[in-house]
Amino acid sequence: MKINGAELFVKALKAEGVRHLFGFPGGVVIPVFDALFSETEIQVILTRHEQGAVHAADGYARSTGKTGVCLVTSGPGATNTVTGIATANFDSVPIVCFTGQVSRSMIGNDAFQEADIVGITRPITKHNYLVLDRKDLGRVLKEAFTIANSGRPGPVLVDLPKDVILEKGDDEYPARVSIRGYNPVLKGHPNQIKKAAMELKRAKRPLFYVGGGIHIAEAVEIFRKAVKKTKVPVVHSLMGIGALPGDDPLCLGMLGMHGTYAANMAVTGADLLFGIGNRFDDRATGELSKFAPEAKIVHIDQDPVSISRNVPVEVPIVGDARLVLEQLLPLLEAPKISDWIEQINKWKEEHPLEVRVGGGTEASKANKATAGGARNAARGKPGRLRPDRVILTICEVFPDAIIATEVGQNQMWTSQFFTFRHPRSLLTSGGLGTMGYGFPAAIGAQFANPDKRVIDIAGDGSIQMNIQELATAVHNNLPVIVAILNNGYLGMVRQWQELFFDKRYSSTCLMTGADCPPQCKGPSDHCPVYLPDFVKLAEAYGAVGMRVFEEKDIKPALTEAGRIKDRPIFIDFIVEREFNVFPMVAPGAGISEMMFSEGRQG
Amino acid sequence: MTHVFSMLVENHQGVLSRIAGLFAGRGYNLESITAGVTTDPQISRITLVCKGDDNVIDQIKKQLNKLIDVIKVNDLSALASLNRELALIKVRAKPNQRGEIFQVADVFRARVLDVGIDSMVLEVTGSSEKIDNFAAVLQPYSIREIARSGLISMERGKKQATEPVRQRKGASEKLNDDFKITIA
Repeated sequence: MKINGAELFVKALKAEGVRHLFGFPGGVVIPVFDALFSETEIQVILTRHEQGAVHAADGYARSTGKTGVCLVTSGPGATNTVTGIATANFDSVPIVCFTGQVSRSMIGNDAFQEADIVGITRPITKHNYLVLDRKDLGRVLKEAFTIANSGRPGPVLVDLPKDVILEKGDDEYPARVSIRGYNPVLKGHPNQIKKAAMELKRAKRPLFYVGGGIHIAEAVEIFRKAVKKTKVPVVHSLMGIGALPGDDPLCLGMLGMHGTYAANMAVTGADLLFGIGNRFDDRATGELSKFAPEAKIVHIDQDPVSISRNVPVEVPIVGDARLVLEQLLPLLEAPKISDWIEQINKWKEEHPLEVRVGGGTEASKANKATAGGARNAARGKPGRLRPDRVILTICEVFPDAIIATEVGQNQMWTSQFFTFRHPRSLLTSGGLGTMGYGFPAAIGAQFANPDKRVIDIAGDGSIQMNIQELATAVHNNLPVIVAILNNGYLGMVRQWQELFFDKRYSSTCLMTGADCPPQCKGPSDHCPVYLPDFVKLAEAYGAVGMRVFEEKDIKPALTEAGRIKDRPIFIDFIVEREFNVFPMVAPGAGISEMMFSEGRQG
Repeated sequence: MTHVFSMLVENHQGVLSRIAGLFAGRGYNLESITAGVTTDPQISRITLVCKGDDNVIDQIKKQLNKLIDVIKVNDLSALASLNRELALIKVRAKPNQRGEIFQVADVFRARVLDVGIDSMVLEVTGSSEKIDNFAAVLQPYSIREIARSGLISMERGKKQATEPVRQRKGASEKLNDDFKITIA
């Protein structure tokens, strides 16, 4: 039977089990949207910006492991996907992004809404296609889905010229394709695995260092078995959060720039660093010459490119983390490391993640009355809300939620103070660091997980980068909670300006007005309390808006939000304006050289 | 250190751009790149010459292999391989200088393609060093234009880069013969 390209596209989506398609129409893709019009199997979700569509597909994919799919038009529609695609590419998220293109005869003529999107996205996709022959369409669609969600996953873009969409041709969608230049290695080399097991057994100060690959490969369960068997402590990158429950005694937390003291000291003191699905990213390693100076390094990763790129690796293992761990587990033996564990526990007690409480009387679970807590007590101003308390309370009220974050202080506080217990429960732009990611990603995740609570922890800067998706959430009755930690600043940049640029708050105050003093170096009574009014804004869209000023109101607000099941909820937490993220490793320093407060080095 | 990569790639649109873009985007140093179809019209051979320390070369090799359209990457610098480049050189030649230039060309086994009133065009094949040397010898006559093909490269012996690619027998024999002449 002869069908047109759009019909074959729909057939392919169905064959791939796609239930949700995030998109935004435009001139050349009208026939594709038309083919989807009466489809009941595939729900088309109209976002309010193409970037939102890609982030939503990304959140959908990260929270499930299924491929996220989006469809946009040519030209500006396509170029608006670029940030979303780069975000997914950096964090290895399986996405297939379909873009319309002008008719083949018009390509290259600077036609209306033409953009060379294949050229533009070449370095930020795993692979991309411009379909120039209707005969190739079925194969290309299958290849796109195959490549996106195998090996190290990533985004694949397929550019569909209008006349290819309309041309009638074969209705065949292949069940499988073989791509001769693409054969991801799955199992690890047996000798290397033996070597790795031997190194772990011999080590006196071993440490697991896990990254996002552990979630992508669905390796969390087997990894937890390996930890149970060996009793080796674990540090994780931002993307590796949830590999081990955050409250497990062997979980030392995140390493790196805003990592825990125990994690960074353990990496620095380790004699064996056992990496799984991590990249040795610069935010995790700090200054490379001071990174894990005494450690032999074992590194399991799907992508050979990640191995021995930033740090030399003694035992490289290319393969799928789950399959490699399955091979490895029977060979693992518990090393004798009681001294090492004792040392680590000392580090943990020395500098726990502090919750610096205004007034200095209250101690939280994360802060067992330490010297650090008292030292910092003076900083919190009474009556002003502390962002870490907000996150601890979110964790208390919604311990099993899927958490999305934006980028900046909100992201780091979330990684520090929310206790993640489940795989795939944190959606965050780790590699690219995309502000505006969290809210649309939360929307995508809510579609994929209708029975779970999805919360976006945002800053007042980031949320405004994709706030138009409020309409998407309202129209689809999604009870996504957006917790805005509103400090009126682009907080992370402001923190750097405070620490390294003599408080010259250049272009980081979000409330700057014409009558502000020039060269302002901090907030004053003159500043408005908030700008914009997020409560009114939420209400304007038909969402629920709340505002919280006092610590005592955090929990009631969250509990009330938890009762709402049919609408998004914006909670505007007016937090202390100049609250910083600590501990911190200054740029250029080694990760053991940590700052615990402004101007102090530990 | 200079490395020569001989690659087999899918003969798809944009494949050269993927490779060139990889070098540009990641700051690798690409000295020359040549492409041509193999006996299988679906596969092209790309030869590229690049510079870098061991870490960079290792990354380049991995990144090239990661490209979906790249079927195979051979690092030829580690192997006994045959390297050739072709150059066309237009040199100023007054009638009384032609004899001398003919002699120089003969030494380098260059061919004279064209003789004009006050210029000649020479064609020379060989290693990149040989072409550099030839150009240096011609420099005193004043070189007007030079066009170099970039390096192409192949392993010695019977080994084939991949099964589907059939080498034409005559072509490789000729290359071997050429090589003997150069080392003679």
